Amino acid sequence: MTTKTSLLMILSLSKDNIQIVREQDSVFLKNRVKEVAVKIKMGLVNQTRLITAASELVRNMLRYANGGNCLIEIVSSGKINGVRLTFSDKGPGIPDITAAMRDGFSTGKSLGLGLPGTKRLVNEFEIKSKVGEGTQVTILKWANG
Amino acid sequence: MLQKKKKSILELWMKNQLSDEGLREDLISNEELRSQSDELVTALVGNLSAENFSDLNSDEWSPVIEILGGIAITRARQGFSPRETGNFVFSLKEALLQVLQDEIKTDPMMLFQESMKISRIMDNLSVVTFETFIKGREEVILRQTDEITEISTPVIRVWTGILALPIIGTLDSARTQVVMENLLQEIVETGSSIAILDISGVPAVDSLVAQHLIKTVSATRLMGAECIISGIRPEIAQTVVHLGIDLSNIITKATLASALAYAFQVMRLEVRKVNSIQK
Repeated sequence: MTTKTSLLMILSLSKDNIQIVREQDSVFLKNRVKEVAVKIKMGLVNQTRLITAASELVRNMLRYANGGNCLIEIVSSGKINGVRLTFSDKGPGIPDITAAMRDGFSTGKSLGLGLPGTKRLVNEFEIKSKVGEGTQVTILKWANG
Repeated sequence: MLQKKKKSILELWMKNQLSDEGLREDLISNEELRSQSDELVTALVGNLSAENFSDLNSDEWSPVIEILGGIAITRARQGFSPRETGNFVFSLKEALLQVLQDEIKTDPMMLFQESMKISRIMDNLSVVTFETFIKGREEVILRQTDEITEISTPVIRVWTGILALPIIGTLDSARTQVVMENLLQEIVETGSSIAILDISGVPAVDSLVAQHLIKTVSATRLMGAECIISGIRPEIAQTVVHLGIDLSNIITKATLASALAYAFQVMRLEVRKVNSIQK
């Protein structure tokens, strides 16, 4: 099952791929995301939201899938620019995405705000998951969205 | 054959090393360099035989690798660059090849074969050197990480009964543990009733960081002290609200100053401007 918002008609301007293996990599990723966000002149509040969202997702990836991959892209819809992050892992997958998207649901011992919170922090959010194959989460934040 | 030539190999190698422009006399003395080189050549020549020549995994090689590893690690700690450490091994290769050339003057075919052998073995040794060199550097980094964790969580007594703990950098599980331990320990030692956690230096507060903060506050309360979180920047406030984290049970302030003012109020203290200068 997929929760989908439209990611069509968007042009990718630059790409950067980062491997996430250890917890230290998340600091590196956050710095890189910040660099990119500053480059497209994203406001401070939006920067913080994007970095927090990235932090949530990267932590999920490390915790449940032992790491994965993150693709950082600067995208453009013609009028405005934004940052798109794609997190892919080859972990166990999420059996019930509807439940995982609910506030307070957690299979670990966390607050259960990671996925639903992330969705509220960004403009566009898409999650695909297959049990046994892995999970892919794509988020997009516009520079002034 | 090489055993007989040990002396000249060492001499030649030393000459190569000393004539190298990149010689770091500031980091290592000539005597030390000579003793390191001597040790290595002795081990190399002593353990070299026709059978184990091409097999670096054989037992005879392990002392050589050990010595080389030791040298590489020391150099990493002393602050040598990878190039300088690499040159150390490469100049030995040159010396060996030169000796070989002097020995076998008549048979080019044999010279080539022997050179190839030497070349292969020395290349392997340089790979070993680099691996250990990098390992040495990584140890340095790990030690620094530990040090940063240690020094970056000071507990400050700002007033009798009031503690402040500025947190700088990302708050992960390990860090929270250190923060909590330091804080609780200090509360016991000083008998403080108010602790201020200042997060001005935390770049982002996500759900895990928030969870850690909530845990720290709960633990402080169990100790009978009140915990105030200060240094919440506007963008952090908005992010926390969007994430849906409930911090309403915790006393939060925008700045350390307002947290301190609140603490004074709770302790019924007052800061006043003195009107007349007392004599």
